[in-house]
Amino acid sequence: MLLFGRVLRAAGLQVHHARLLDAVRALEWVGLRSRADVRAVLRSLLVHRRDDLAVFDEAFDAFFRAHDTGGSNLPLFSLGERARVVARRNAGAPPRVDLDSEVASPADAALAVGAYSPVEVSRSKDFGELTASEFAEARRLLLRMPWEVGRRRTRRWRRSSHGALDLPRTVRRAAARGGLAADLPFRVRAEARRPIVILADVSGSMDRYSRILLYFACGLSRASADVESFLFATRLTRVTSHLSAAGGHHAVTRVVRGLQDWGGGTRIGEALRTFNTTWARRVMRHAPVVLVVSDGWDRGDPDLLDRELARLRRSCSRLVWLNPLLGASGYEPLTRGMQVALRHVDDFLPVHNLTSVDRLASHLRGLFSHHGLHRHL
Amino acid sequence: MIQTPVWPPASVGALQDALARERYVAERPLAVSIYLAAKLRRPLFLEGEAGVGKTEVAKVIAAALGTPLIRLQCYEGLDVSQAVYEWNYSRQLLEIRLLETTADLDRAAASRELFTEAFLIKRPLLRAIEQTGTYPPVLLIDEIDRADEEFEGYLLEFLSDFQVTIPELGTIRAIEPPIVVITSNRTREVHDALKRRCVYSWIPYPDFDKELRIVSSKVPGVSDRLARQVAAFVQELRTVDLYKAAGISETLDWAAALVALDHGTLDADAIGDTLGLLLKNQEDIDSVRGERIQTLLARAFAHAGS
Repeated sequence: MLLFGRVLRAAGLQVHHARLLDAVRALEWVGLRSRADVRAVLRSLLVHRRDDLAVFDEAFDAFFRAHDTGGSNLPLFSLGERARVVARRNAGAPPRVDLDSEVASPADAALAVGAYSPVEVSRSKDFGELTASEFAEARRLLLRMPWEVGRRRTRRWRRSSHGALDLPRTVRRAAARGGLAADLPFRVRAEARRPIVILADVSGSMDRYSRILLYFACGLSRASADVESFLFATRLTRVTSHLSAAGGHHAVTRVVRGLQDWGGGTRIGEALRTFNTTWARRVMRHAPVVLVVSDGWDRGDPDLLDRELARLRRSCSRLVWLNPLLGASGYEPLTRGMQVALRHVDDFLPVHNLTSVDRLASHLRGLFSHHGLHRHL
Repeated sequence: MIQTPVWPPASVGALQDALARERYVAERPLAVSIYLAAKLRRPLFLEGEAGVGKTEVAKVIAAALGTPLIRLQCYEGLDVSQAVYEWNYSRQLLEIRLLETTADLDRAAASRELFTEAFLIKRPLLRAIEQTGTYPPVLLIDEIDRADEEFEGYLLEFLSDFQVTIPELGTIRAIEPPIVVITSNRTREVHDALKRRCVYSWIPYPDFDKELRIVSSKVPGVSDRLARQVAAFVQELRTVDLYKAAGISETLDWAAALVALDHGTLDADAIGDTLGLLLKNQEDIDSVRGERIQTLLARAFAHAGS
């Protein structure tokens, strides 16, 4: 059992000692005669996430196969790497990102923490034309942007000087004072941050902007706890944990380096379809603001894009389309994809330089005040 | 009652039999999980898509033991006043007015008289630790993923010592902890700290054989042929890329509808008329309607016949 616990840990599962002891106890009750029962017992007690089930099964099979043939147990520990990749791929991450070595080179690490740069980057300079040092500075600024998206009302109450009468406190006060007092307590619904979902296009046509916009997404993720991020080109990948503060700098660097393997054509409709069918139920909670970052170059089926955007629009509180090309003078959203998108989006805004990002920030801040509700196209 | 229910059950097999008597088809892995939850006295944490029979598990355990089922439906903002207890404020206020009219009102008396059990409204978690019968009640905490993290934190505390402290009355402790079943549709990942304390089981969509057994045992008046066709068609339908696949509860509703409409066998028209019971999403219905139904039906017949 201890050995199997170690195999599971090597495969990336969190296995607690107390649970292993439970498992030993449980196996005494259920018995060891049927392998299916043993599997069911261990699955019930050692796994507590659906995503881990596949890894567990693979480890279980490998472990007991090795046991049957009496082979050496050592190679099993190499299983970890393989299983982890399988698990991540189920969750939709690009294998390339995971296969990168865990330790970034010192040079990368220095870059990733936003090394001090004396370069002043012009706030109106297009992201696609930044020099290496300007890029570093822009990245530093993007990672530190304070973001505040409108708030939403929750169902929890909090004390207030106005609002509805707080009956529980009224009674408690009355009891304590021996009668109803004149100063009545009130309460209002508490507010919480409105969640954000980012869907960023990293296909070939976005090449000039993908890297810097990833830092934009990363800055947003770190400023607010409630941000879900996805990247798409021909398929969709969730990168929430990589871009959040918990992911650490290496995680971001790995995603950024992984980008070069992306490129290729875009199928926005299909990516959104995947999002709507497999992710929306889990991440579209509490009426989020959805930011789609794309130039709208779409090689897929426009009807599919139309349908999926309509659905996406219905499941969020605000659909914002950010297009880096919109900053160029004389740009007209003539691509088929952009034409379709304009039928559904609430806001169509540029993200091509720091000024446009600032404007976006103030736009998002004002979104749910009364005058922010009309469409910006 | 012919069979005396026993909790915890003597063996996994005995448990499966007990569940089968309540017409619940539990596969061995799920039965093992329920059995372990009973033996270890841990909450049972069931995850799975909507409509695969998670809630039903709690209902059949309660029915099998003849013990009450106490259900707490979770939602965002669920708080202690809705989950544990609440004072009946309007009655307390009336009482205060009454007390005010009598001359001998003093603070101590007011507190004493206002905060008694007569003014207490017991919510599910408090009721669950007040045992009245032979077996403790089954506490169903349904769709925990809808509640927010604040509530999860409270639940963690509740599940570790099964006691509730009401400042005005004192601490109420369970004589025997309730049998706890927690379900989640996984619209978000529930915190690991909570899941670690539970016996975890993922309930998948059933395979053909299981679905056939469920339809045959739960739908009155369904012929063997129709049951086979229904199960096979739903199996095929789940292979189609849809926003929301049909769960077992949808299958059962659909089969019941087909029986009610006197369809002895499946055909494209019958399906077209009743598709709304199986798919609850206009886009999904549109994408299946028409020739797709014929294709699915042909594949289902090939399977059901074999």
